[in-house]
Amino acid sequence: MSAITETGRPVKPSLSETGGLVERHWRELAVRRRLYSLGGVVFLAIAMAGSLWFANESNAGKFFDRLPHLFDFLGQLVPRDGWEVWRAMFDLPSPYDDGSLKYNYPEGRAYFTETLYVPEYLYLMVETLNIALLSTLIGFLLGFGLCFLAARNLVANRWLRFFVRRFMEILRAFPEIVIAGFFLAVFSLGAIPAILAVSIHTIGALGKMFFEVVENADMRPDEGLRAVGGNWIERVWFGIVPQVMPNFVSYALLRFEINVRASTIIGAVGGGGIGEALRLSIGQTHEAKTLAIVLLLFLTIVAVDQFSAWLRRKLVGDQAFEFGRGG
Amino acid sequence: MASAVTTEMHEVAERYPAVLKGSLRKRRISWLVAAGIVGYLMFAWWFFSIGTVFANAKWDIAGAYLADWVSYEVRPNIDLREDHLEVKFTRFDPLGPNGNPDWLARETAMIVKSAPQAGGAGGGVSSSSGSFLGPAGGATAPAGSDGATPIPSAAATPIEPSEEVVRATVDFSGAGTVDIRPDRVTVTRGDETLVLDIVRDVAVNAQGPLPSWATQRSPGDKVVVYFGVPGRAEIESDEVKIRHRFLGWANFVFDINSPFWGKSAGEVFDLVVSGDRVEPSRSNLSLAWNNFLYNAEWQHLDVWTKLLETIVMAFAGTVLASLVAFPLAFIAARNIMPNRVLNQVAKRFFDLQRSVDMLIWALFFTRAFGPGPLAGISAIFFTDTGTFGKLYSEALENIDDKQREGVRSVGASPTAVQRYGVVPQVLPVFLSQSLYFWESNTRSATILGAVGAGGIGLKLWEAIRTNSDWENVAYMVILILIVVFVFDNISTALRQRLISPPGAAS
Repeated sequence: MSAITETGRPVKPSLSETGGLVERHWRELAVRRRLYSLGGVVFLAIAMAGSLWFANESNAGKFFDRLPHLFDFLGQLVPRDGWEVWRAMFDLPSPYDDGSLKYNYPEGRAYFTETLYVPEYLYLMVETLNIALLSTLIGFLLGFGLCFLAARNLVANRWLRFFVRRFMEILRAFPEIVIAGFFLAVFSLGAIPAILAVSIHTIGALGKMFFEVVENADMRPDEGLRAVGGNWIERVWFGIVPQVMPNFVSYALLRFEINVRASTIIGAVGGGGIGEALRLSIGQTHEAKTLAIVLLLFLTIVAVDQFSAWLRRKLVGDQAFEFGRGG
Repeated sequence: MASAVTTEMHEVAERYPAVLKGSLRKRRISWLVAAGIVGYLMFAWWFFSIGTVFANAKWDIAGAYLADWVSYEVRPNIDLREDHLEVKFTRFDPLGPNGNPDWLARETAMIVKSAPQAGGAGGGVSSSSGSFLGPAGGATAPAGSDGATPIPSAAATPIEPSEEVVRATVDFSGAGTVDIRPDRVTVTRGDETLVLDIVRDVAVNAQGPLPSWATQRSPGDKVVVYFGVPGRAEIESDEVKIRHRFLGWANFVFDINSPFWGKSAGEVFDLVVSGDRVEPSRSNLSLAWNNFLYNAEWQHLDVWTKLLETIVMAFAGTVLASLVAFPLAFIAARNIMPNRVLNQVAKRFFDLQRSVDMLIWALFFTRAFGPGPLAGISAIFFTDTGTFGKLYSEALENIDDKQREGVRSVGASPTAVQRYGVVPQVLPVFLSQSLYFWESNTRSATILGAVGAGGIGLKLWEAIRTNSDWENVAYMVILILIVVFVFDNISTALRQRLISPPGAAS
């Protein structure tokens, strides 16, 4: 304490004894705070420098060697003309068709009738969206079933709660790619492994958010139902569910946004849908196809996000955007 | 009493039908939602042809794969020769190429092998097994010498008598035994016994009907006998394949090429502490550590390095994204930056970054930087700059204006107003959001690796796709789970400190 008064400005004599004490105390706190902040920043800086060095060392190409060539690849993505992107997206024949995979746009058409067809990438996009939607639905239904068993205010049995919570944690933390890979081995290629992988993760993720909502629910309706002799299921169904449903749906919509992204990534490692098409076309430098898929993905994600945001705002108002605060 | 209440209830219900029944519209909506869900599930069943896929799934393989997570198989093949057996372990067997486990009892005898090209199946040692059933280890067993003489004339020169296995007994951890002789295999499970006569290279014939635990596609074909968890045996006309399963991970510490392999923990400890040097050039401790890190089957060092890459990807990507999003969020916040055009530009920029899928960024940067964590860091950085920008600017727009006014009213400069009026309010929220994403990015980084963006993902994916390294998958999954749980707890603890009310802290 004395060191602080020596290094800092001396305590003014005009202050009374108590005043001086308060000022010294404040200074002490300020210095300690600053020290903590400085320590935190230094620690972060060292960790960052170490991380970046390590990442650069273990990367195939070094950062500064590759930086000038960063946009070479973008240069390879420029199509022959502006219409190529649309031709690739809607499977129209290309004037540059030379029989190679690069320009064979019409080949992927999925025909309904003789003339009516769905373009390949639109179909794959719909498939990816359906993977996300179905997994969100499965996750919602099962997470809904589980969450009430994990809520402190509804289940008195500590062990049941503990078990259900750990179970959901494992479902959530288990790497999706392993589940997808395992079911790929069982079902062979296709969308089902992706659906299972994303659903299993969604059950855990939604289950956790759901039981936190349930724990914050107003217990007076439940009390009322208990007073008239309602059993556990009736109490939950008529007392809790109506309160929490808007929040549940809101979280499920948020999860749907995340799942659309997740199912493209799972698709890229063999789970079907548009992810795989994107990985192949980037890998083979098919510029028009890549741009078409990127554009399609971009538009889809923007549309899904906007729709979900609109619906969530309708359901729960602005608190729908409190994301990452609750936990 | 009860009846009175009941009648009153009916009366009340009649008086206020709307309260108890709910509006027609509401009820109709809930039915519509339920019907919609069922309808969609039926559509999905058709769209993904789930029924067909489930019917065609390889469920039997799934069980074996799952068992591989926590157990391993030892797979000796026992070749049936004319008058003796040859026990073979593959080079990659958990017991090494020269395994000699005590559950595989061998009985040997001195016999003269006829040259391989000697005659057909009928020639050679005619007396066959019966006379060779003498006690094991009969080094001077005369039994072999008598039968050795009638060698067909077409045969090459006779070979010296040598000690060969004439009978092998495999014990499946008490679940049953398989007793193998060159011309007869006897399988015992419980109190049932199955005797199989082998016509070498031609057929396997069962004596009597097959019990429920044995299968044979057609008469003479190979017979597979199952012992449940401990394994199975396939009896063919020229060899017997043993698949004996044990719980645990084989050779987790030292692989079969290590001098420490097969030693108990105590023996290894003694060697390390006080034993003679196995390799004169270095100490036993360094040799053991080296052998452990470069274990050929488990590749501990490589797995750990790749896991560190994943952690680094998530950490560096999240920190960089937070640092870049911080100033940009001030530009995007309507109440901080009065310029509407700049607000909109910044916000649309965040939307753009968020809406380009992390997968696209990952594939793009994998092309740009080559496979490795740099690509992963860049992908996380680009996606999360958008996410953080959006979240941060929303937090900024929700701040309490009084503090800012207070700082401004004493004549502070605009920078000071931001520093003392705004930042103290939002910094905990910002940090909390970054921590939340740090934890979730650790998980995403695992998947990103599989498309080439560095980290444990690719290693994991390769192990999965071989379909035979499920124990390595289990090992990596456990490591990932540990890392995720630890980070989850750190992040939750830090966030609770950050966003708890000021009174509770310090």
